[in-house]
Amino acid sequence: MATGEPLIVLDGVNKWFGPLHVLDDVSLSVGKGEVVVVIGPSGSGKSTLCRTINRLEPITSGTITFDGQPLPAEGKALAKLRSEVGMVFQSFNLFAHKTILENVTLGPVKVRKEKASVARERGLALLDRVGIANQADKFPAQLSGGQQQRAAIARALAMQPKAMLFDEPTSALDPEMVGEVLDVMTSLAGEGMTMVVVTHEMGFARHAANRVIFMADGQLVEDAPPSQFFANPRSERARDFLSKILTH
Amino acid sequence: MNVLIDKFDVFAGGFWLTLQICVLAAIGALILGAVVAVLRISPVPPLRAVGTGYVNVFRNMPLTVVMFFAAFGLPALGSNADFLRVPGLDAIFSRLGTDLPYFRFALIALVLYTAAFVCEALRSGVNAVPAGQAEAARSLGLTFGQNLRYVVLPQSWKASVVPLGSVIIAMIKNSALIGFFGVVGDLSQTADQLTSAEGYAFVPVAIGISIGYLIMTVPLGALLDRLEKRQAVAR
Repeated sequence: MATGEPLIVLDGVNKWFGPLHVLDDVSLSVGKGEVVVVIGPSGSGKSTLCRTINRLEPITSGTITFDGQPLPAEGKALAKLRSEVGMVFQSFNLFAHKTILENVTLGPVKVRKEKASVARERGLALLDRVGIANQADKFPAQLSGGQQQRAAIARALAMQPKAMLFDEPTSALDPEMVGEVLDVMTSLAGEGMTMVVVTHEMGFARHAANRVIFMADGQLVEDAPPSQFFANPRSERARDFLSKILTH
Repeated sequence: MNVLIDKFDVFAGGFWLTLQICVLAAIGALILGAVVAVLRISPVPPLRAVGTGYVNVFRNMPLTVVMFFAAFGLPALGSNADFLRVPGLDAIFSRLGTDLPYFRFALIALVLYTAAFVCEALRSGVNAVPAGQAEAARSLGLTFGQNLRYVVLPQSWKASVVPLGSVIIAMIKNSALIGFFGVVGDLSQTADQLTSAEGYAFVPVAIGISIGYLIMTVPLGALLDRLEKRQAVAR
């Protein structure tokens, strides 16, 4: 579990989309092996926060360091950093023209220059691990949403990343498929992967997270262990949010 | 209508010359257009500016004016476009190697002009690929070039084929202008030669050269339709 040594550090991060202040002086430290779940109402900046960590969104001011290094600007160094940070998207974003196995092996072969046979072997093992080894030669469009998202997780894991970012990984799924994706994420968390998870799945936050971050209006409002956060939220904003989602 | 039979060799010669310049110009425009398209979508702002500037200049200028610049501007600069006298290539495309430079000038103008449209057809294909595809590729650590090569271009191709075909068909028809800029013996200039110099009636000659252009454009259009249908099935 968490060793306390910080892997991802955000310090005084601000981000403006034109006149919109989407990240307002956000500071956050994620330790190695820690699982941090980010929750909050839509438009609170939680997805943007997640996307700044591998610089899919550049920030306006502040600093972000990953594994001791400040995020590099566009170029080879940034590509290398991104290869060490896995990312899973709400809309899966599997490469539509490639088979599931090709999706999983593209990064290792082209970015890491691994031998095709090595990448293939590990790719198949990862697909087996997420329970879709029998889908390896199909195209993304032939799979269910849950299967596609599990393939996307396998694709990110194939790079053997130091951390994984999940940007609302279950929000585009039919309800009966949410569980299969959360199962994979829970087992990953149990193995000590450093994870930042933006989600609305409160069950996952309760049982898999080390910390829950609550965001509202671009600000980081609360940062607490899940038991404490759900039982006794300190801010009015968080109490209001929880009352809205937990009453149903 | 006897002119079509009596002067068949003249029509055939015109057809052959027009086909030559169109094949060369299509290859040149596809290559240059692809380069400009890469500039226009590159993450480096100065390169993007160069690409955008190119498209703004050559897409918005009449082809006639581009031809004027090529046919009168290049000689004024002391160039005979001799770099196009490629050994080997001029064995098939004999006009590339002649001392009279007008075929080469016309070729340059056609390539410069058409490349702007090729660029935009390719770019519209790239824009048709969902942004998430390129984002996923970037998040895996693929560089800009790898992203284009392995993820974006293989998918954008489908959306580019049909507009690209229209651009090339338009280019074939645009090539009818070259006769006014010193190129002797292409399809259109053949018509001029037969009617004004040799006194043949205009309509039969016009029918003759129309057939010549249609032989080039109609099969190209049919090929595009087939490609489009095949994609519809694959999708």
